[in-house]
Amino acid sequence: MDATAPTLQELLERAFPDATELAVHDRTGGGDHFQVVLTSPRFVGLSLVDQHRLVYGALAGPLADGTIHELRIRTKGTA
Amino acid sequence: MSELADTIREVIEREPVAIFMKGNLRFVMCGNSDRALGALRALGAPIAAVDVLPDPRIRQELSALSGWPTIPQVFVGGELVGGADIVDELAESGELRDTLRARLGDDYATGEERTVDLLAPAR
Repeated sequence: MDATAPTLQELLERAFPDATELAVHDRTGGGDHFQVVLTSPRFVGLSLVDQHRLVYGALAGPLADGTIHELRIRTKGTA
Repeated sequence: MSELADTIREVIEREPVAIFMKGNLRFVMCGNSDRALGALRALGAPIAAVDVLPDPRIRQELSALSGWPTIPQVFVGGELVGGADIVDELAESGELRDTLRARLGDDYATGEERTVDLLAPAR
């Protein structure tokens, strides 16, 4: 599962090519508890629910197959 | 639409504040559920708690309805407010209280807590 963290990073980079801040932390070192911090102009004007929905959408694969056991998300919009 | 999905929808629409969580009001089984519950309790919100752990179908049907993949999920006035991170963030900024007031009224804070058992034969 060592390849999991870079893969999440790659998925998010692909989905948010204009992100000004993007970090994926493996919170426990176990490859299944992650914290995502993401700042993107795409979030401007969206509710937090809709911002997080975009992140969930980008990570739908690893969320569905159980790779991600827990996901913490912190999003911000930039103009 | 399954009967379980109908029941979940009813709970979301009927309860002023519904939290779908891992564990119950006395024994919370997950740190994130605990964070969300704690934020609601701190504001004296009336809480209807649904434990998703007894049957994996609850979580599947809930996520299909809400389009939200993770637990907990907090609904106020029938609308998804978010998971633990959002509820935390909104509690910090004061917006959670604003949302409770806006959707439930200024006198929302009854602090009433109850458990909703989706699998109970008679409702």
